[in-house]
Amino acid sequence: MEFLSFLVDGLLMGFVYGVAAIGMSLIWGVMKVINLSHNVLIVYSMFGVYLLFNTLEMNPYLAILLMAIVGLLMGILIYTVALHRVIDAPQLSTLLATFSVSMIMTGVATALWTNSPRNVDFSLGSISLGPITLPGTRVVAALVAVLAAAGLFLFLYRTRPGRYIRAVANNRMAAEMVGVPSNQILALSFGLGAMVAAISGGLIATFFPFNVLSGMNYQLKSFVVCVLGGLGNPFGALVGGLILGALEGVIPIFIETSWVPVFEFGLFVVIIIFRPSGLLGAKQ
Amino acid sequence: MKKLSYILIVVSMLWLAACAPTPTEAPAEAPAEATEAPAAEPKTLVVGFTSSLTGKLEVSAGRQAKGLELWMNEVNGAGGITLGDGTVVTFDFATYDDESSKDRVQELYTRLATEDNADLLISPYSSGLTAAASIIAEQYGKVMITTGAAADSNYQQGYTQVFQIYTPASRYLTGAIDLLKLLDPDVTKLAIVHEDATFATGVVEAAKEYAESLGYEIVIFEGYAGDTTDFGPFINKIEATGAEAILGGGHMTDGSTFARQVYEKDVDIKMFALLVAPPEPDFAELGEAAYAVIGPSQWEPLAAYTPESAAKAGLAWYGLLSDEFVAAYEAAYDEEPSYHSAGGYAAGLILQKAIEDADSTDPAAIKAALDNMDVLTFFGYTKFDTTAEAHGLQIGHSMVYIQWQKDADGNLVKQVVWPQAGATAETIYPIP
Repeated sequence: MEFLSFLVDGLLMGFVYGVAAIGMSLIWGVMKVINLSHNVLIVYSMFGVYLLFNTLEMNPYLAILLMAIVGLLMGILIYTVALHRVIDAPQLSTLLATFSVSMIMTGVATALWTNSPRNVDFSLGSISLGPITLPGTRVVAALVAVLAAAGLFLFLYRTRPGRYIRAVANNRMAAEMVGVPSNQILALSFGLGAMVAAISGGLIATFFPFNVLSGMNYQLKSFVVCVLGGLGNPFGALVGGLILGALEGVIPIFIETSWVPVFEFGLFVVIIIFRPSGLLGAKQ
Repeated sequence: MKKLSYILIVVSMLWLAACAPTPTEAPAEAPAEATEAPAAEPKTLVVGFTSSLTGKLEVSAGRQAKGLELWMNEVNGAGGITLGDGTVVTFDFATYDDESSKDRVQELYTRLATEDNADLLISPYSSGLTAAASIIAEQYGKVMITTGAAADSNYQQGYTQVFQIYTPASRYLTGAIDLLKLLDPDVTKLAIVHEDATFATGVVEAAKEYAESLGYEIVIFEGYAGDTTDFGPFINKIEATGAEAILGGGHMTDGSTFARQVYEKDVDIKMFALLVAPPEPDFAELGEAAYAVIGPSQWEPLAAYTPESAAKAGLAWYGLLSDEFVAAYEAAYDEEPSYHSAGGYAAGLILQKAIEDADSTDPAAIKAALDNMDVLTFFGYTKFDTTAEAHGLQIGHSMVYIQWQKDADGNLVKQVVWPQAGATAETIYPIP
């Protein structure tokens, strides 16, 4: 029973890691861009939810919906301003471009909101199942994570823009030759990735205090999740998040919690050596 | 292999970004206020320090710097210090943003000592940064008052120029253990979960030793990284081991996160005491999760240190009253002062007292005056260890313990619950 309690907690956290990584996985998979501004997209959404909740007393989940739209627009803006001109340059250029965006936006956030921790004082109570206590906000976050992954999956496989995104991901030149507007599709892809990052940031804000630097931790975890789950597949990222969450939940049963990152990043290195496309990605 | 190298480069960049994510601010010198009356031989002493205007220590460090700035403005505004020979001493600051980084602290304190010719130094905030600054202060023979730096180890290095204002880390949580013993002698199992940092580790190692000497069983003794957000594994362990009280924490963000998760998981514990975070006014933003949490504080506005209590204890009194400090701070910064703010002010006040006692601006005379310091101020009792083993360690000051309780309107308010002599309310025990 003790094991189950550790595991369930880890899995609930895993859903959050999964949804945080979906955006990075999509952008990485479709655009071949490693988005180092992922952290600030998460953080800006956290602060958006915090401000809407505290100043307008808006329900946090409605605030998350608004922040998802803001995230989409921010993503398109970042692509247009910082990435569009370097999208065909070597990968290091796009990496540095998004890194610069991250530094600029972190600086602005620090100036606006300082580094003080913030808290959205919102609770949905807890559900007790025997010895396991599940905070309501964490359960809702898990459900939203599944919905976000399913929604993105349906968008990619059941809509025309989604098919365009997959076409650009597979072969951009060929897609352009058959009339796919690749620049708009790349902007949309980045926007969608940013939107999912914003959703994850908003969800995290409903149960963890945060500050302007809190996104970095989730960005790092997203890398591990992308490697575990493979790129471009929302459900792959979700499964990768669950694996990571389960590891974080269960490892402390046996050894001190401070060893968890050693195992996480050890696994990260092992996978990129032996299966670079991820556990759930196509074999190369 | 190319892809592997590429990904490893990316991860390395992320780690670097995590370490230094914020921009550097240009060095800023606070303007010195003009002295009121011309003196025969005016002298301006340059007080050098760095403050973490950016980075993870920004909140506490910012308040500390405000306290120090308030002290300087007040002493200069009152015309400075007049020495026996008629010299009027006023103060000016040389200060930089250390970005919460040890490397920057070493570089900047060297600059303060050599290029800015600072006469006296004040420490940065936090034990880790102060350890780096202390080496420089000692190397260049500059007297340095440390504030916001509680780790005992810094004063056991054989330094002779470094003087600590705060109660040392080794005595940070011992009062909470005494309180628990008094409230419930039947409690036997404690969990200690702390940030893996110089200060917090120093605190909990001393607390563990003290608790074990009183017969407590420490069922968990584990550290966590300062950027930890998920305390689920620790909380599950606490529940699994049947711990009856939790001690630990580290700084503001991790402490707040830990407290919220303990509340949301409805952990069955009787007492919860955390470092640093609970005494901060912002801790109340946690709402119900803050209720009944206890925290050690270097100073609280409620603490009643007065000329009368000094006379009663046979000590000399110096400086302003707590109420006066609070009023001046709120007027200047439009916020409630925390103990970091008071510590910043107290660092300047003790320096002022030392110059007055020395009746000189000679560094050796100021150091001798600090060695002989034995005074009560609004911040509490100040006396330094002068032995070779722990020179400069604070041996006079003691902590007060606050608990977040509710007033008649249901609003969260801080109450002093320990020591008993200074308590303003009964402890809420066990946690409902």
